[in-house]
Amino acid sequence: MEFDALLLSRLQFAFTIAFHILFPAFTIGLAAFLAVLEGLWLWTKRDAFKTLYLFWVKIFALSFGMGVVSGVVLSYQLGTNWSEFIRLTGGVIGPLLAYEVLTAFFLEASFLGVMLFGWKKVGPRLHFLATVLVAVGTTISAFWILSANSWMQTPAGFEIMADGRFEATDYWQVIFNPSFPSRLVHMLLAAFITTGLVVGAASAWRVLKERAVTGWSESRIALAMAVGLIAVVAPLQLLAGHWSGEVAHKLQPSKTAAIEGYWETRADQPLHLFGIPDREAQKNHWQVSIPGIGNAIQNVPKDEVILGLDAWPREDQPPPAIPFFAFRIMVGLGLLMIALGGVGAVLLWRRRLFESRWFLRFCVAMGPSGFIAVLAGWMVTEVGRQPWVVYGVLRTRDAVSPVTAGEVATSLLAYVVVYSIVFTAGALFILRLMAEGPVAALAEPAPRQDRAPGSPLAKAPEDTTPGEDL
Amino acid sequence: MLDLPLIWAALIAVAVLLYVVLDGFDLGIGILFPFARSKEERDVMMNTVAPVWDGNETWLVLGGGGLLAAFPLAYSVLMPALYLPVLLMLAGLILRGVAFEFRFRARNRGRKFWTQMFAGGSTLTAAAQGLILGGFIQGVAVEGDRFAGGAFDWLTPYTLLVAAGIVAGYALLGGAWLMMKTTDNLHGDARRWTLTSAAAVAVLLAAVSLATLFVHPQIAERWGLEAGSGLTIDWAALAPLLAIPALGLAGLLLVVSMASKGSHRWPFVGALTVFLSGYLGLAVSFMPDIVPYGIGFREAAAPDNALGLMLVGTGFILPLILGYTAWVYWVFRGKVTPETGYH
Repeated sequence: MEFDALLLSRLQFAFTIAFHILFPAFTIGLAAFLAVLEGLWLWTKRDAFKTLYLFWVKIFALSFGMGVVSGVVLSYQLGTNWSEFIRLTGGVIGPLLAYEVLTAFFLEASFLGVMLFGWKKVGPRLHFLATVLVAVGTTISAFWILSANSWMQTPAGFEIMADGRFEATDYWQVIFNPSFPSRLVHMLLAAFITTGLVVGAASAWRVLKERAVTGWSESRIALAMAVGLIAVVAPLQLLAGHWSGEVAHKLQPSKTAAIEGYWETRADQPLHLFGIPDREAQKNHWQVSIPGIGNAIQNVPKDEVILGLDAWPREDQPPPAIPFFAFRIMVGLGLLMIALGGVGAVLLWRRRLFESRWFLRFCVAMGPSGFIAVLAGWMVTEVGRQPWVVYGVLRTRDAVSPVTAGEVATSLLAYVVVYSIVFTAGALFILRLMAEGPVAALAEPAPRQDRAPGSPLAKAPEDTTPGEDL
Repeated sequence: MLDLPLIWAALIAVAVLLYVVLDGFDLGIGILFPFARSKEERDVMMNTVAPVWDGNETWLVLGGGGLLAAFPLAYSVLMPALYLPVLLMLAGLILRGVAFEFRFRARNRGRKFWTQMFAGGSTLTAAAQGLILGGFIQGVAVEGDRFAGGAFDWLTPYTLLVAAGIVAGYALLGGAWLMMKTTDNLHGDARRWTLTSAAAVAVLLAAVSLATLFVHPQIAERWGLEAGSGLTIDWAALAPLLAIPALGLAGLLLVVSMASKGSHRWPFVGALTVFLSGYLGLAVSFMPDIVPYGIGFREAAAPDNALGLMLVGTGFILPLILGYTAWVYWVFRGKVTPETGYH
């Protein structure tokens, strides 16, 4: 393996986008959660919802900030590292990215200011509207970026001109390309589950720390909401994931072959539970399989032929190990999430949710699992697309910028250093807030100023120690 | 039939100008951060922009995303050419962007660290944008629609001069913004900062303007100057353009006279005028090049169907964006004091 500009650019893109995706995956769901909390507060006037809102909005602000800055990097990195990709396909996917900025980024960024700092400036209804618009913005953003990504997976509605540039023939087909609907649903559900798991873990942690609480504390409310959400959405995600898999089977068969560890093209494929795919030997080592059910899993008749990687010359095969393992990690975690939702719902129903300490600990342990599953899922879909940047049409190696390995090595190193600092600090602040819990985190010094008439909410001030000159 | 490439060139030019003045003042606040007297002053300085910085920065994403979508060829040549300064800019933007929240969350040493990151990141961003601008003005080596230069083409005495100019210019915007948004001692400090940066801007703007005339014959020619055997001046070309430096000079005079009087709003108007003049000066020098020197905006434009599709949406959405952006500024209008305590 040679560390040329191509490989380094791939590593850098993988690193920066993996870092970035953690934040949207969390903030899409969290924005919706905040909108629900504020709506419930306006509707029921119960202070607990307000307390929960004010607590989670702090965590939202931290996560959103990190999402914004790591997102700006991506919008420029397409040009610095993948300029040939943009030169050739910019006329097709450019408008999708431009529409993301116009319809989502401005909406989110502008109303975020009102959401975070506008308590004393606008009335409660207008503030609620700001929260809703931020939540809508995050979802619109997912719409466009997943459309662009899906087009790279299953390109449609374009033609290639004599000079190699792509032009759209039908933007409707570009935007609503075949893998877009399933991918959008799969990602949005993933975002909701990820948020549910984080909220559930943080709340379960607080419930574990509670002493002699009767009735509904803030953390109990949030935990019940999270468990309820996961109980409904995690099983749906299984269906959405299966839908995505079917689309891949039809339109990106080399990806399916890599995911399933199929080297041989044949009817009546087995299901490989485990194995170590070996590209050199073109087979799996240590294979553990169930014969006879692979076709059923793909939803095709037993006698239908399913392509194995041997259907492609080696240079057209995706690297098999990453999709194979990442897929199993994602599915395994998904099954655990379904279990969490199911068991939690039963416990809630039987009014034993807050006393079952083993379950609360399970919730805490599952806190990061959504992030891991999202990352694993993206590795499946992106590595499974290789060696293509636009599946079947444009190779990744033909998309890279005319820059030197030295430049890319420098930037990769810089991003690793900067992101390590930012991520460590951000994670620390978020975990510290979570450990304190909603009540303690908001119970710091009393408000220093009067609340404006007509605005029943005032953002609690921070822990500013007077006399400290830093 | 609409001239779509021309409309998009104009739209992106406006987006970039909006970015420069909007993010310019909040980056300027970071540049001025080390000069503040106390933590409380820095808190107020940050709070004057905390609700709007994110929206301001979105214009940068629109500038980049718009260039990508409307002029993919220009984007794909310029970005690799300016690889390292773009990296510096992004690193700066990350560190100063997270500092808004992190600085308020951190305690003691952590707060000190994120104070430095906000100041350092903002200054780095401004300087990197100066290097990008300088590298752009110098021109970019192109062969067969691809960047064909070296990794450090952008690093010359000229680009360093431009970088210094941008840092001073953003400090001026930041100082004038603070005069408008603060009271008491901080307002007094802001006045001092505004006057100092105005002096720096006057010197650097003059130096950059003169140096730019010698960067490429095309620019000198636009301004009616020809340095063949002795300097010949084509007054017919130069005379109407003199309005542009005159506008810049007027802006600077407005800043200095009004800041001296302690006016709250006029220095900011003056600072905006200075930036407008610099921007117009560049526009005149380059039109119709989008990658100096040689690739025109028409040649770099995306197919008409792409430009048309985007224009339809933009026609509806851009007025909406401008509307709610203005509303957000209106919501957060007025002075920010230590008691405002957003955080």
